[in-house]
Amino acid sequence: MSATTNRDGSTVPGPGRRARTVDVLVIGAGPAGLAAAARLAAAGAGAVEVVDREEQAGGVPRHCFHSGFGLRELRRPMSGPAYARHWCDLATGAGAALRTGVSVTGWSGQPGRDGGTAQGRNAGPAGGPVRAEGRGPLVVDTTGPDGLERVTAGAVVLATGARERPRSARLVPGTRPAGVFTTGELQQAVHLHHQRVGLRAVVVGAEPVGYSAVRTLRGAGVEVAAMVTDQPRHQSSWASGLGARLHHRLPLLTGTTVTALLGRGRLSGVALRHADGRTTTVACDTVVFTGDWIPDHELARLGGIALDRGTRGPAVDTAFRTAAAGVFAVGNLLHAVEPAGTAAREGRLVAGPVLRYLADGVWPGGQVPVEVDAPLRWVAPNRIDPRGPRPPLGRFTLRTAGTARRLSALVVTQDGRLLHRERLRRAAVPNRPLYASADWMDRVRPDGGPVVISAG
Amino acid sequence: MAVTTSGRLPDEVYDIVVIGAGVVGSAIARELGRHPLRIALVEASDDVGDGTSKANTAILHTGFDAVPGSLESRLVREGQRRLAAYAAEAGIPVEPVGALLVAWDEEQLAALPRLVEKAERNGYHEARIIGADELYAREPFLGPGALAGLDVPGESIICPWTTTLAYATQAVRAGADLHLNCPVSGIVAGSPHELRTGRGPLRTHTLINAAGLRADEIDRMLGHADFTVRPRRGQLMVFDKFARDLVRHILLPVPTALGKGVLVAPTVYGNVLLGPTAEELDDRTATGSTAEGLAFLRERGGRVLPALLDEEVTAVYAGLRAATEEDDYQIRCHPEQRYVTVGGIRSTGLTASMAIAAHVVELLADAGQRLGTPRELEPVRMPNIGEAFARPYERAELIAADPEYGRLVCHCERVSRGEIRDALASTIAPSTPEGLRRRTRARGGRCQGFYCGAAVRALFTSGPAGPVPGTTGAAGAEGGEPSLRPEVGP
Repeated sequence: MSATTNRDGSTVPGPGRRARTVDVLVIGAGPAGLAAAARLAAAGAGAVEVVDREEQAGGVPRHCFHSGFGLRELRRPMSGPAYARHWCDLATGAGAALRTGVSVTGWSGQPGRDGGTAQGRNAGPAGGPVRAEGRGPLVVDTTGPDGLERVTAGAVVLATGARERPRSARLVPGTRPAGVFTTGELQQAVHLHHQRVGLRAVVVGAEPVGYSAVRTLRGAGVEVAAMVTDQPRHQSSWASGLGARLHHRLPLLTGTTVTALLGRGRLSGVALRHADGRTTTVACDTVVFTGDWIPDHELARLGGIALDRGTRGPAVDTAFRTAAAGVFAVGNLLHAVEPAGTAAREGRLVAGPVLRYLADGVWPGGQVPVEVDAPLRWVAPNRIDPRGPRPPLGRFTLRTAGTARRLSALVVTQDGRLLHRERLRRAAVPNRPLYASADWMDRVRPDGGPVVISAG
Repeated sequence: MAVTTSGRLPDEVYDIVVIGAGVVGSAIARELGRHPLRIALVEASDDVGDGTSKANTAILHTGFDAVPGSLESRLVREGQRRLAAYAAEAGIPVEPVGALLVAWDEEQLAALPRLVEKAERNGYHEARIIGADELYAREPFLGPGALAGLDVPGESIICPWTTTLAYATQAVRAGADLHLNCPVSGIVAGSPHELRTGRGPLRTHTLINAAGLRADEIDRMLGHADFTVRPRRGQLMVFDKFARDLVRHILLPVPTALGKGVLVAPTVYGNVLLGPTAEELDDRTATGSTAEGLAFLRERGGRVLPALLDEEVTAVYAGLRAATEEDDYQIRCHPEQRYVTVGGIRSTGLTASMAIAAHVVELLADAGQRLGTPRELEPVRMPNIGEAFARPYERAELIAADPEYGRLVCHCERVSRGEIRDALASTIAPSTPEGLRRRTRARGGRCQGFYCGAAVRALFTSGPAGPVPGTTGAAGAEGGEPSLRPEVGP
């Protein structure tokens, strides 16, 4: 991991490494990163550069060929690639430099050193805001076809997104045959590379992305044998679930887990265990593991930037500030995952705090952590600076784990003191967004313990 | 001097045929490659090192805990020296991290002095007992309750894929034929021997059986029943690179009768390995993982290194060790049949491979095989896929000379288009994306293809070699036939 940093901690580039300086470096050219770059460039932040390791900018929407992007914020339905192009055009049109095929391989030094490196540890030392100049510049190393660079930036915005957990990380036993996908790989195989996938597939997971996988498979001429979820019901929209079942005769197997992959060379089937304990085998040559998202937090961790224990993305306050001075984070790196429009909104909203930081160099200390109790899984943002703004749309985003009892209310406390209680209008379902109002923020004691959100 | 993957086999009588292109068979073919002989290496699978050799704990052992006086003890000790030197020459990733054997209870603690004594009898003199304080100072993330440890500084981690590939590449470049997809289903012993294979008959004067899990079946085809392979399955889990900082040495338990137990070790790719299980099986193809096996490993791993379980699992795999009912390697020469069996090569086979090869060639010479005057092999330099040395994405001069090394395709493992292109054009090109992964690490990281899977597959099918069946020429030192796959290496 240290191969890309000078061992003496200096920022002099190694042999053959070009040194460059920008005002703001945005890492990741998905909707969040592009929206941030567009707004920052338009607002006169100076040299704004957005880098992406893929050859094409746009992030995940690049390979989501279904419609429905942009409805909320752009007021028109777009396909994923069109939506990706929209943000690319906006960023470059505003004057941001967009560089693709460039990988950020690490930091020179550890920007998060002062904030602690252990996950879940409180961000920042206790106390008031501090001027950040003393902490040294932010410097990253990159690799691209044009060579190696060492880029110094006044501020860095991490927008590295999220990915689906693959089969191995889900610890699904069995053989290791070909024909095992995530939705991300499936969509790229079908839509970007026009590869043949298989003849008969099982889709694991019934979040909205699972239905996207079904659409992609059907479009590629693959029969979908079944959709399998360990949850008691699907977690997509009512229309999507019903439509898939009635219109496409898609069997949805709820309360069902995949106990093994079968076959040598090529997948021959999946072994299932049903809610009642029955075990069956479904013959298929393709299986798609969908959802179960995890933030792509490699750069945050390489920089020693504190992660939130729940989201596993960098811990951030309501102004998208991480524990490392000058390093911001936006998009699904913070909450895996919310719709692309939410990521883009955060990209726009981060511009203000970045500009302010570039002007005054002030970084907050003594933020109050926001934590959740089971069955809640995570909350984002998850740090509060009492002087900071309210979160986007005045609400915190949460997720709950699978639970038998339905959640009826959320309770917010600090040191046992009730800050807020709200009834939930809809039942909380795993893998679907759950929101808590931020109306209680001004009642948080800056010198108090963590704020805890629990199910009431 | 050719690598073939389909079609009829050459209608000639080879001097020597080696059955099995695992690490042992490939090492033997390489050793024989020094001699002016017509050699064929035949392999049932579509790649070299595709059985036990690809799915093990990837450790270069000192042999400190072998059975003193056994053939295995001698060959492991000698093989370790040979392979360490060869790895440095051929660019095979090796990291001399050392091992710490951890005693968790009084019984294990009492066993440590006997292990030191055993190490001495195996000719290993560096092992020493260390107290809990030193143990925790050297492994700060070790779980609570360790009483003491045995420091074995000579143990290393190695890349098993590159090792086998280097041997086989050198053998092919020295003139050997490699016939893949070529399972042997019967043998008519005679002069010459005639092998019945999935690709037609193959004739040879001398035969070497390095068939691993099938070594006893081949043996029986020639009328021998000296041993029976009892596959011992080892399931292993590979943790994400973020776990690498949690462990500095190979952490071993005190060995039991069934094997060396579950270890936690760094890998040369910068991951952490947990495993193996040790399950006696009858099925020689049961390389699947099981829920029970994975739960067992997590339970063990959590005790050794509690923080490990917070990290993501990058890969799970299972390999079968070719154990037998005997407690030693089963290497036997049958001079009257011009036949050598190399069986029962268990988990130490990777370490011992070069010494086994030298031993087999000695046996052949003693049995009267005419070997001719040996010559020096053309050195081989393998692409570096380990973390101990600069990878292509870190090398400015390489990218300046060829920007393809700066174009990353697999982001988790930082594999460039240039490396994938080189692998597809190499002497022994991969015939599946899995083979490409073992040569480059492409698609082997934490995302398992979410980002790069389709792109890697696209490069694979459009590559210079691709999965096109048939004979492909290989760049031979002698240049007897035009090369279809020019060697383009960094």
